[in-house]
Amino acid sequence: MSKATDNVLSIRNLSIDYATQEGSLKALRNVDLDIPKGQIVGVVGESGCGKSTLISSIIQLMANNAKTTSGTVFFEGEDLLTMSPTKLKSLRGQRMSIVFQDPMSTLNPVLTIGKQMVDIQYRDKRSKSQKRQRSADMLAQVGIPDPASRLNQYPHEFSGGMQQRISIAMALQAQPALLIADEPTTALDATLEVQIIDMLKELQSSIGCSILFISHHLGVIAELCNQVVVMYAGEIVEQGPVSRVFKSPKHPYTQKLLECDPASIAKKTRNLPTIEGEIPNLSDLPAGCIFTSRCHKKTAQCEELKPKRHAVTQGATEKHFVTCHLESL
Amino acid sequence: MSQLLEVNNLRVQFRVKSSMVSWLQKAETPFIDAVRDVSFKIKEGETFTLVGESGSGKSTLANAVVGLLPTASGSINFMGDDVTQMPDKQLRAYRKQISMMWQNPTGSLSPRMQVGDAITEPYKIHNLSDRDKQQEAKRLLNLVGLSARFQDRYPHQLSGGQARRVGVARALALNPKLIVADEPTAGLDVSVQGEILNLLNRLQDDLGVSLFVITHNLNIVRHISDRTAIMYLGRFVEEGPTDDIFVNPHHPYTLALLSANPEVTNVGALERIALKGEVPSLMHRPSGCEFHTRCPFAQELCATVAPVGIDFGFEYSATCHYPR
Repeated sequence: MSKATDNVLSIRNLSIDYATQEGSLKALRNVDLDIPKGQIVGVVGESGCGKSTLISSIIQLMANNAKTTSGTVFFEGEDLLTMSPTKLKSLRGQRMSIVFQDPMSTLNPVLTIGKQMVDIQYRDKRSKSQKRQRSADMLAQVGIPDPASRLNQYPHEFSGGMQQRISIAMALQAQPALLIADEPTTALDATLEVQIIDMLKELQSSIGCSILFISHHLGVIAELCNQVVVMYAGEIVEQGPVSRVFKSPKHPYTQKLLECDPASIAKKTRNLPTIEGEIPNLSDLPAGCIFTSRCHKKTAQCEELKPKRHAVTQGATEKHFVTCHLESL
Repeated sequence: MSQLLEVNNLRVQFRVKSSMVSWLQKAETPFIDAVRDVSFKIKEGETFTLVGESGSGKSTLANAVVGLLPTASGSINFMGDDVTQMPDKQLRAYRKQISMMWQNPTGSLSPRMQVGDAITEPYKIHNLSDRDKQQEAKRLLNLVGLSARFQDRYPHQLSGGQARRVGVARALALNPKLIVADEPTAGLDVSVQGEILNLLNRLQDDLGVSLFVITHNLNIVRHISDRTAIMYLGRFVEEGPTDDIFVNPHHPYTLALLSANPEVTNVGALERIALKGEVPSLMHRPSGCEFHTRCPFAQELCATVAPVGIDFGFEYSATCHYPR
């Protein structure tokens, strides 16, 4: 494992429970995740796999019934879990920021873009015109033509793709160390999706921030990210460099997921592959591997014993990990 | 296969706010065309897919076809009757034949209504009170692969995929001839997405229902649809058999869409055609070919003269001066 100082974010053994009427629901279990400086890390997984819980624990805005039962979340060398609320507040929007799925509900419809972009710079001791200039520069960077005058416009006067670019501009305005992007291209069509991806790549290299990119769309992850993390029912089942994980997936779940992607099915079919079964009940976890009930390769030991994390490639610089019994040999 | 739905030169307009001064000067028309000169046909038992970016008029067209929006001109023929000319009473009968699957599955179910009541509500609306609701609810849930237990659930107790299935069940309640599905797989994981699409395909094979699917996910279009139309700024730029469009697209916008589709395998294998600029506003439609402001192949002619549809035969057409 690389040294903690090379990572913007370093999560170790993180487990989060939600208190519900049916008992405690174990939404995240023993998650280890590193985001190296200047890298784009993608997270894939079905809904309910803990992606949102992961985000909320990174920005430390958790639901009232959530409880962190174990682990550490180191951000730029400091543990977010033990940090004071004031310190946390000074990090959010400055050192880490977030872009959400739907730009129309992120931007305030009754304020101009300029007003909103200046407002979020409230911590800076600059004149208003300087702040405005900075906002205009940022809009130009995300490819909005004629930025100075467009600052006076309202969100509805922009197209969907532009709105999403504006929310990215707002998130990156403070030059954060970490940008969290929660399915930012789901609401856009293919050409705009590609525009956003190319723009994120460009901005990432010019600002030098790291990006945690969450998406259902495997193609987007393949194109944008350096590393990919595959989550299933609150656990990380496989992680490694995108090219390696997508080219030779080791975990049966990753294999199934890639098979299900309609883009990867060359022949036209009216019967698309699916993953049989459902996600197990997270308040009553199975004893063995979490994926056993849906796994097509399970053995007797999978039902009883929890698999450990293994490195697939020994000695390589870029590590590829999988949590499966089949790989432990 | 016989013709089920035939839409001719359909136009849907929305009024926009205009200033008093411009109104007095009659400077600008207070309307924008959300859908302009759209014609297409759907045969019985066929799947027709509409692709286009957000704001291109897809949902507006769907709502107009279902009879939920007034049309400015053009006709919608459903089994020989013009929907745009129908009196209210007849419209009601028409809506029995055609049903809608809404974009947001949980949002389109009343949070205070149990699933069983929600899917049998169409009977109440259309005065079919003689049917046994319990029995019908069971039958419909069975059709979409949910157990009868789901009758007593509320929408918040359903997962995204289950809510979609309930949406399908409700759409099937009145044995419609045509189901309009607005983004049936938006926000679903690949596996659940496959389940919903398989379900729609199976129902089509079993019941012979036609499907009108709206989506911006190109990956699914290839697997489910017989015919596809590509929409840009409220117009069809290309329409034809899905297989042909995917193999050999003629319109530059279609070409750009297909080449932009990010894939896991062979990344960067297709040479990507980048579109420049922004989607123009409907208030200020570009002159000539409306796509020329973003088209990588645009020439002088495109900026001034609007192209007419070119028919390539076998019900395949594209609207471009210089088709690929």
